[in-house]
Amino acid sequence: MSMFLARRLVTRCFSSRPLHVCIVGSGPAGFYTADKLLKAHEGARIDIIDRLPTPYGLVRSGVAPDHPETKIAINQFSRVAQHERCAFYGNVKLGSDLSLSELRDLYHVVVLAYGAETDKDLGIPGESLGGVFSAREFVWWYNGHPDYSSLKPDLKSSDKAVILGQGNVALDVARILLRPTTELASTDIATHALSALEESSIRKVYLVGRRGPVQAALTAKELREILGIVSVGPAECFRRWCSFRSLRISPLHRKFEGDCGQRELHFVFFRQPERFLESDESKGRVSGVNLEKTILESVGSGKQIAVGTGEFEDINCSMVLKAIGYQSVPINGLPFDHKKGIVPNVRGRVVSTEPGLYVCGWLKRGPVGIIATNLYCAEETVGSISQDIEEGGVGKSEKEGSKGLMQLLEKKEVKMVDFSGWEKIDAKEKQMGIDRNKPREKLVTWEDLLAAASADS
Amino acid sequence: MLFHRLSRLGSRIVKELPRERHFSVSGMRVLQGSYSQYLQSSAVTQRQSRTFQQAFFSSNYNLCTSFSTISETEKINVIFVDKDGEEIHIKVPVGMNILEAAHENDIELEGACECSLACSTCHVIVMDTEYYNKLEEPTDEENDMLDLAFGLTETSRLGCQVIAKPELDGIRLAIPSATRNFAVDGFVPKPH
Repeated sequence: MSMFLARRLVTRCFSSRPLHVCIVGSGPAGFYTADKLLKAHEGARIDIIDRLPTPYGLVRSGVAPDHPETKIAINQFSRVAQHERCAFYGNVKLGSDLSLSELRDLYHVVVLAYGAETDKDLGIPGESLGGVFSAREFVWWYNGHPDYSSLKPDLKSSDKAVILGQGNVALDVARILLRPTTELASTDIATHALSALEESSIRKVYLVGRRGPVQAALTAKELREILGIVSVGPAECFRRWCSFRSLRISPLHRKFEGDCGQRELHFVFFRQPERFLESDESKGRVSGVNLEKTILESVGSGKQIAVGTGEFEDINCSMVLKAIGYQSVPINGLPFDHKKGIVPNVRGRVVSTEPGLYVCGWLKRGPVGIIATNLYCAEETVGSISQDIEEGGVGKSEKEGSKGLMQLLEKKEVKMVDFSGWEKIDAKEKQMGIDRNKPREKLVTWEDLLAAASADS
Repeated sequence: MLFHRLSRLGSRIVKELPRERHFSVSGMRVLQGSYSQYLQSSAVTQRQSRTFQQAFFSSNYNLCTSFSTISETEKINVIFVDKDGEEIHIKVPVGMNILEAAHENDIELEGACECSLACSTCHVIVMDTEYYNKLEEPTDEENDMLDLAFGLTETSRLGCQVIAKPELDGIRLAIPSATRNFAVDGFVPKPH
């Protein structure tokens, strides 16, 4: 107890001197880190930079449009961004506009919270065929991310799509593919996606998992939700599944055999993708997936892995979405564990580097967990920062902070978008949304975003 | 540590005696129905039964004070145990949810989805089972969110779903902490 008090006291004493902090990435991990740092250190001056002109990371570009309640977290994040000791600078890319060493020269503390912006590969034949996308690309497309607004997935060639993976991202994309578009029309889904989905002929979606129902990574909430929209099969398997995992969705058992406008979601268990099949009619396009049946084998400590049985089968489809996991991207001068896809760290402290560099969120612990997980992740990282300020030499030298960043960006002719720039984008999107009865109409190209941010108000 | 705690508890009981008598006096009617429950109670609810006895044996006193203490009885005592293990005592009006109460008292409890049952950031742990049992059963929607909560326990609830009512007077709620158990418990985050 006394240790805590002492720590608090020490932190307060340090607060007279400004502590210049830069957080890279403005998603939940970045904002929760900022929030906790502002509370823990009265002298903290925080700059949050992001490569996009828009803040909030996956809350904007990841959370499904039909989950507006999850996006309420933005309210709190925007209060943090408007804090007098906090600033947001968008359209600033670490790695090309700025180097890590430049940032470290300017700030006492640099926290990397830029998440996981690429995908795991399956490494099987046919992965580069047209019509094979990662779920991330598809999600960014329907959420109007400026990098993927021109994806143009073909949703009209057949009535079947295959999703590899059975986690919540897989269920999100399945739900968007199957949900009646009238229900999506009043969400903040990108208009290009809504139009494509309105013309979509996809009616059957297969969710393929290497292991069984017990191991499937999806959660009860997402399952409960999709059961209200589509019929799910195979029914018997599903019933056993629910009892296995003691999922409390029993009242909905009746529903999944019902008729929901011929829209079907099929769970395919114990299958792993072997290769993607190329269409005979249109070269270079996917026409199906070849799957190998699997069985579970124990590998000690209660863990079971899927092993191929040598038995194969095909599912025909015109689109495949790989929802097998996100992956972080390394940057120059940063230690990186390529196997785990994370920056090696001890409670958020980046190892084998000069003190003062930290990680938070997916870059720190891998692409798992919900928004709330970042709350605890940030708490841990901020705990490490506080400890290093008290016990190590972090925060002692003279640093320029914001002022230096502004000079550097000016010198490099980087047109950053500050929070007032984002507010202009926000206002414009909301205004455009009113006309279409949507909470907002997202601007989906870099040009439109930057133009809106610099428009005269 | 335990000793320290006990002595603190003791001193608090002494300190709060007058106030508690005040409370229980007019909150008695509500408590009476569940008296048997209190009889079975162990050390955990000692404080509770004690105040009850006081109320029970001072029913004359009750008559003359019940009118003047109405505003007091509309509030219950809630004790938060924060991330550092420190106790924070607050008064919560009956009918208010615990998340809102925490915010009104500057207690650091997140509420990312603002009570729309779409996150688990206001997760609290009810420290005494007896109090946990007095709460309404969680809905499926709350359970779904709790499934994803960090450091889930048998007596976990979402703060926004716990509504203050007279039976909950004296409830102790712990706020889960990353720095206390993130690494120790080998917490494995639930799938995204």
